[in-house]
Amino acid sequence: MADESKVGLKELEVSNNGFEVIHTKSDLFYDLYERKSELQHQTHYCPGCGHGVAHKLIAEALQELGLQDKTVFVSPVGCSVFAYYYFDVGNVQVAHGRAPASATAIKRACPDKIVISYQGDGDLAAIGTAEIVHAANRGEKISVFFVNNGIYGMTGGQMAPTTLVGEKSTTSPWGRRPANEGFPLHMSELLATLEAPVYIERVALSDNKNIMKARRAIKKALEIQRDGAGFTFVEILSPCPTIWGKDPVEARRWVLDRMVPVFPLNVFRDRKPEMPVNNAPPQRPVPDVLEITPKEGGYEGGVASHAHRFKNFTIKVAGFGGQGVLLLGQLLTEMGMREGLEVSWLPSYGPEMRSGSAHCHVCLSKNRIGSPLISHPNVLVAMNEISLRKFASQVGPGGLILYNRDALPADFEAPPKVRVICIPASEMADKLGSTKTTNIVLMGALLEETECLSPGTAMGVIEDKVKKVELLETNRKALAAGRHFIDEHAHLEALSQPDGYAE
Amino acid sequence: MRQLCKGNVAVVKGAILAGCRAYYGYPITPASEIAESAALYIPQVGGTFLQAESEVAAINMVYGAAAAGVRVMTASSGPGLSLMQEGMSYLAGAELPCVVVDVVRGGPGLGNIAPEQSDYFAMVKGGGHGNYRNIVLAPASVQEMADLTVLAFELADKYRNPAVVLADGFTGQMMEPLDLEYREIVAPEKLWAVKGTPETRANLISSIYLEPDQLEEHQRRLEAKYIRAHVEARHEVYQTEDAEILLVGYGIVSRVLRSTVEVARKQGLKAGLLRPITLWPFPTEALVEAASRVQKILVVELSNGQMVEDVRLAVNGKVPVEFYGRVGGNVPSVEELHAQVLERAAALV
Ligand SMILES: Cc1ncc(C[n+]2csc(CCOP(=O)(O)OP(=O)(O)O)c2C)c(N)n1
Ligand code: SF4
Repeated sequence: MADESKVGLKELEVSNNGFEVIHTKSDLFYDLYERKSELQHQTHYCPGCGHGVAHKLIAEALQELGLQDKTVFVSPVGCSVFAYYYFDVGNVQVAHGRAPASATAIKRACPDKIVISYQGDGDLAAIGTAEIVHAANRGEKISVFFVNNGIYGMTGGQMAPTTLVGEKSTTSPWGRRPANEGFPLHMSELLATLEAPVYIERVALSDNKNIMKARRAIKKALEIQRDGAGFTFVEILSPCPTIWGKDPVEARRWVLDRMVPVFPLNVFRDRKPEMPVNNAPPQRPVPDVLEITPKEGGYEGGVASHAHRFKNFTIKVAGFGGQGVLLLGQLLTEMGMREGLEVSWLPSYGPEMRSGSAHCHVCLSKNRIGSPLISHPNVLVAMNEISLRKFASQVGPGGLILYNRDALPADFEAPPKVRVICIPASEMADKLGSTKTTNIVLMGALLEETECLSPGTAMGVIEDKVKKVELLETNRKALAAGRHFIDEHAHLEALSQPDGYAE
Repeated sequence: MRQLCKGNVAVVKGAILAGCRAYYGYPITPASEIAESAALYIPQVGGTFLQAESEVAAINMVYGAAAAGVRVMTASSGPGLSLMQEGMSYLAGAELPCVVVDVVRGGPGLGNIAPEQSDYFAMVKGGGHGNYRNIVLAPASVQEMADLTVLAFELADKYRNPAVVLADGFTGQMMEPLDLEYREIVAPEKLWAVKGTPETRANLISSIYLEPDQLEEHQRRLEAKYIRAHVEARHEVYQTEDAEILLVGYGIVSRVLRSTVEVARKQGLKAGLLRPITLWPFPTEALVEAASRVQKILVVELSNGQMVEDVRLAVNGKVPVEFYGRVGGNVPSVEELHAQVLERAAALV
């Protein structure tokens, strides 16, 4: 506003009703607006613009509270995009509507500082609706000053979400029609439905009395923030004489006569926050959190010795989700790592899991691993019939299928030169007291049959993962049962394969 | 100690090692474990994790944290990255360092959650508005998910620019051994940040330059910075010394290509591999050098052909550059790529 921006001057003005008014410029504003390219002694706002008044009230409150050195002012996109020309505080200019999001992160980076999000109605109530609602709902300890002038100023007079019913704008040329554009959004009321906010008030820059109220509201919001109490929001009904096509005095009156009836002035929220106490997570040294240092009593690095009679060995585990398919793969991979091999584990992921089936690929290799995706596994561990049918054909000649049943489905034909071992692992696990160890029974069989990894390493890994003593015992038995099954049955069966094929 | 770790988790472990203490993000498959492990780990080392209301909010939170001088990151996949593009343009314009991870899935639209490399254009060419660049790093293993995240933080700070870790669904989801070494990070002092202190009171973070001359000057400065950043180009070569056909691929594809080179060589075909590690800056010089000795280049991507354009620009017609791509989440097998190499090599003689 031109009349308030004669910088460095104390200006005398005789107001309408004959009183002398002294305008002073807050020290919180820069002496000279050097970030502007010209007219550095005055603001860029139009005469009579509410932004100028709102700036002045905020600056004075910050100054009175001694907060200048602690404040970060977040400027929006809108006519106040250049707020940083004026406020002699730390300034961050952000994207249209996103000030509450950016302010959130600034406040969390600097929790004892004052963070102000200053926004227009297009910025806050249209494009940035999600950001303001969620910042308020999280109870971010910031102060939001929401300048509601019912119009898009900066872009030249398009309809705002707060434009009054019937008001014309360049994008509502016949007046705002609720049937087409909806009704004006009441942001203060809307935010007051939320739990977290501490203070919400609507004020108007319509006349001296209301401006004094606005001054108090702004100061109060900043005090609440200073005291760390929570989210504060002041909606400021504000004149935009230029777009409204009114002179400054008419525009102020219009705020009172037309806007206030639609946007009633009120304190919508003023209460001590009732935030449950946050249990901050325990703090731990970085190497512990990142598992760089070994867990107490756990694996301490080093290589478990085992003779690997392969260059590459690949295993596909498949079954229902919940059968421990992915876990079995992970355990084998971890074992490979501990035995000094190059290893990779790749799961099926996403919606497929929800439909109930899961599979994963395990590569064990003496060399750097290429694709973690296996087209032809050496071993398929099929934990259910669907997986057997789906993946058996992928197993290459010389490969092995471990099938979690005592017999193959009658109509199933194993691929050529592939051995199939049927092992009723689920039943065996059940007898041991936990169907959950089906995967460990199968692991025992796999290790005994192929000798790809050592059962000793398996127990080491299992001991690290299973903490409960009884459960650990069941796992130990499951592993042994799987191995025993192979010793008892499988070798004989394998030797009696029709084509005589056996490794 | 060597630990078995998921690629997505390794990203967060690397980030914490790099001194990242702020994470703002929104879940999406196949990147969600990044948010999940950030939620688990970062608060335990005194940092901030917040699940934002959207990727739009997340990237603007990243903007706020970066403005306050914090090492900050976010991660997402295709659709989420699309939403972040405006924010990334602002970050680049305001010269704010941050790390953004894209665990690429199939597109366009909702596509699917399987791996693709179809966000190359969006990340490398700058998917947002205006003249800007992202630094883009392409990990091919779980170890690199951590290591390149560390590097991304360093480069982001060095150049005051967003750095992208461009991975894919497989690299995010797979587990491999991870070796991490803890060292105390001395975070660089950011004198330009806005922290609500007397020393930083005069600072301004902004991307708006109203006067054409001012904006031009700003962009010239950015350009000069981007030119300086070319020294950061990184790549890896395998068996290129005597190669007749050069295979070029990044990320997960480079692993399959490496195996393909081995298979091809066993059968007497002299194939070599060049894997760009930085996609921007692109390892142009290395590529030109390698290309000078081969008769043909075959670029393989999980896309319809995106990086291949940069390869063609680099070699500038000196050797034929052919392309083979799989999309939709299909990752070619070694046999498939070997067949491609054989076919194309046959045409040489
Ligand atoms: C993403 C995006 N969309 C549109 C714009 C254009 N734009 C700039 S300011 C503005 C509206 C500003 O209105 P308001 O928030 O009410 O502030 P005022 O100018 O009235 O103070 C719009 C639409 C933009 N900068 N960015
Ligand atoms: S257009 Fe309206 S809001 Fe913008 S500066 Fe002018 S009076 Fe103020």
